[in-house]
Amino acid sequence: MDDCDDALSELDVFLDGELSEAARKSVDAHLGSCSDCLGAFDFHAELRTVIAAKCRTDEIPADLIARIERCLGEDLDGDGRIG
Amino acid sequence: MTRNPADAEDLVQETYLRSYRSFATFEQGTNLRAWLYRILTNTFINSYRAKQRRPQESELGDIEDLYLYRHIAGADLASRSAEDSLFDLFTDDEVKLALEDLPENFRLPVLLADVEDFSYKEIAQILEIPIGTVMSRLHRGRKAMQKQLIDFATDRGLLRRDVDHEQGPEVPIHG
Repeated sequence: MDDCDDALSELDVFLDGELSEAARKSVDAHLGSCSDCLGAFDFHAELRTVIAAKCRTDEIPADLIARIERCLGEDLDGDGRIG
Repeated sequence: MTRNPADAEDLVQETYLRSYRSFATFEQGTNLRAWLYRILTNTFINSYRAKQRRPQESELGDIEDLYLYRHIAGADLASRSAEDSLFDLFTDDEVKLALEDLPENFRLPVLLADVEDFSYKEIAQILEIPIGTVMSRLHRGRKAMQKQLIDFATDRGLLRRDVDHEQGPEVPIHG
């Protein structure tokens, strides 16, 4: 299973979009003909989407914005006052 | 970036002030976001060193590649329906905690790559480490985070640990 091992070893870098053009094409070609590897790649792509979605749910606390406004002397959030 | 909300707020405030003051030195063509993040990270690292909270460099144990994939996806691909989505397998808090629990030198690259979408090169610049180090820390940090997620799901009874889990994958429990 050399081709699968090769492709899977590049999984992270592939999904990060950091493979060279040649390497990316090579992995793409393998994924086109190997449903097992395609499944693994698909799964990890989905997992990353899930992790990103769940980690990006924080909002900037209102009183933090107020503190920064007072420090800079500017109305950053457009509510008509500083702080 | 920090684990403590009060620290995080101080950090953001100080970063805004520093970047505001040093904006005159910002060079055209530089990635603004990466520049801000470098200030944020340096502010964080400086305050961390001042407080000497916890060791910055630490190692992770060895985890097999594709650990999480084998334990979830391999189990029963055909029966993974819309209700069994990966999104529902972990709570927001579990994902955040799995990330927060990583040692600092692994947590920062994973945060910058997987939450903030920076490139390897940008992460290398922000953290001032070689690109090869970014890649290896991402690889190991991601694996450790995934293992933590498996443990959470198993503790909640969403996955059943087989007697010999080297043999087969975890089996999702239904109903």
